[in-house]
Amino acid sequence: MTPMATARETAQGKPHAALVPLPRPDDETVVGERLSDVDEWGRSEHMRSLARKLYAPLYKYWFRVEWEGLEKIPKTGGALLVANHAGAIPSDAPVIMHGIEEELGRPVYGLADYFFREAPWVGTMWARVGGVPAHPDNACRILRDQGELVLVFPEGTKGPSKTYTDRYRLRRFGRGGFIEIAMRAGVPVIPIAVVGAEESMPILFRVPRLARALGVPYFPVTANMMAFGPLGLGLYFPTKFKLRVLDPVTFNVPAAQERYSKSRVMEEAETIRMHLQETLYEMLRERRSVWFG
Amino acid sequence: MAQALESDPEVEMILGMGTREPSVSLERTEFVRADQTYSILSRIVRATQVDTIVHTFLVVDSTRVSGRALHEINVIGSMNLLAAAGQSGSPVRQVVVKSSTLVYGSASTDPMWFREEMSRTSPARTRVERSLLEVEGLVRDFAEDNPATVVTVLRFANVLGTDIVTPISANLSRSLCPSVAGYDPLVQFVEEDDVVRCLEHVTRHRIPGLYNVAGAGRLPWSEVAEMCGTRLLPFPPLATQSMAAPMVRLGLVDFPPELGDLLRYGRGVDTSRLTKTGFNCRYTSAGTVDNFIRALRLRRSVGKPPASYTYEQDIEQFFRHSSAVVHVSGDA
Repeated sequence: MTPMATARETAQGKPHAALVPLPRPDDETVVGERLSDVDEWGRSEHMRSLARKLYAPLYKYWFRVEWEGLEKIPKTGGALLVANHAGAIPSDAPVIMHGIEEELGRPVYGLADYFFREAPWVGTMWARVGGVPAHPDNACRILRDQGELVLVFPEGTKGPSKTYTDRYRLRRFGRGGFIEIAMRAGVPVIPIAVVGAEESMPILFRVPRLARALGVPYFPVTANMMAFGPLGLGLYFPTKFKLRVLDPVTFNVPAAQERYSKSRVMEEAETIRMHLQETLYEMLRERRSVWFG
Repeated sequence: MAQALESDPEVEMILGMGTREPSVSLERTEFVRADQTYSILSRIVRATQVDTIVHTFLVVDSTRVSGRALHEINVIGSMNLLAAAGQSGSPVRQVVVKSSTLVYGSASTDPMWFREEMSRTSPARTRVERSLLEVEGLVRDFAEDNPATVVTVLRFANVLGTDIVTPISANLSRSLCPSVAGYDPLVQFVEEDDVVRCLEHVTRHRIPGLYNVAGAGRLPWSEVAEMCGTRLLPFPPLATQSMAAPMVRLGLVDFPPELGDLLRYGRGVDTSRLTKTGFNCRYTSAGTVDNFIRALRLRRSVGKPPASYTYEQDIEQFFRHSSAVVHVSGDA
């Protein structure tokens, strides 16, 4: 053992702190008390239930939402919910999340563009009520490690930015990323067909220059703006919402693989897209009125 | 860290190098003063024939040093260290580097939990991040050129503890704490003691590789401020650095550029790779903040904390080395 170094130290000034024993490795973990219930994704059940209370009148009396096939969504375990996306400021996401949380009592995390996370105030609110940025790793973690429901719109921003003339015509489902997420997490994909969102805030035309200037994906001019003026940005038409849950789609592939066959992924995505499209057309044939169903 | 190594009988010699004297009394650690860039390290390595180098002097706090000095210390200092370790005939068999999760950055496109193999999603804009990235590059090159040497890089999350002073700890100790208006990010911390324990763990067990080290869980910045009893002062989300500059200049808040991004989007790292090697952090993120604020409250009330353990040299010598003392296995 080398001799102690005190001689060297006193030349510069005495050390002032005492040696205290290090904590022993077998002591238990110090967890610390949390003051709020914000989970690791930023979601707070407290704020979510408050949001549900505020949204309930809109859900029940304005949109008069009707569900069909809710029993197909499992009571436990993860599942990736996919739906068609519409409405200049989409009304389908809150409707689906509210409906499932109320009827099934299960939390739903909604994947959305990074654009939400960048917005001050709105972004924080969105995260607190269950919004999660659409990074594939995030989705896999929620589905596989936590076994919760995740909602994603495969059309992306292409869905809501459709003009009224293209209503109910499903856009391309990206590159099938959502299929890969479901395969990797080992959970089924459950398609949901939404009728009513298109007409709740229909886009007449877009202004790309304004969109670029404001840094938003698209800048819509809606019929609501025509009818209600500036209030049109927040006021939806009282269309009747009908949602139909289709059968869960499972893939017989092992979970947690590095990569999955691209062609298989795209094939599955296209199959689901066509099935959703046919269901929409069927529901539209049955629908007698936009306002009353 | 030196204290932890001292308690290990297998460690023959401990040598500390730094620009300032150690502030704790150490028993068998020798200390050598070095300049900022540790240029003398090569000669020391040759002279003492050390087999392990633990690199802990990377600066991750840009409020302490100027930009130029930051580059000197981090990049040039690390270059000298790695050169000393990699020189021909070098006895060094293990190099442990204390890095930071700052290398991941904070942006809206980040995943919520970074794994070690994931890369940044945004370009590095601050000096600290750029210098850390450069250092990690140097370490990677070193590891490739010296396959026989065990190289460990530990990326620590923001550290909080009873003694350490960082911009975040300084902010939380004051009555006003900065934040960016409209953002409430989820942040993750690691406790000071866990940092030391982790360094000691990888050094003792000679564990190679790259690891994230952080407490479990993340919590919102507003909750951290609430736990510490400080009020949040929101800075505008646009031109935040320039708006905060007057208050920083007055010394009322600490707001280095790397904190700006952290206070917008936060950062989380996945530590499962480290857990697989057998190390678990004792404090979760919330536990770290809790421990920090308790120590802070005590310090505010009684000034310097009363030493719960008084170090008397001769008595300590007795306990550690006398043959009359019965040592139960596992005791320090």
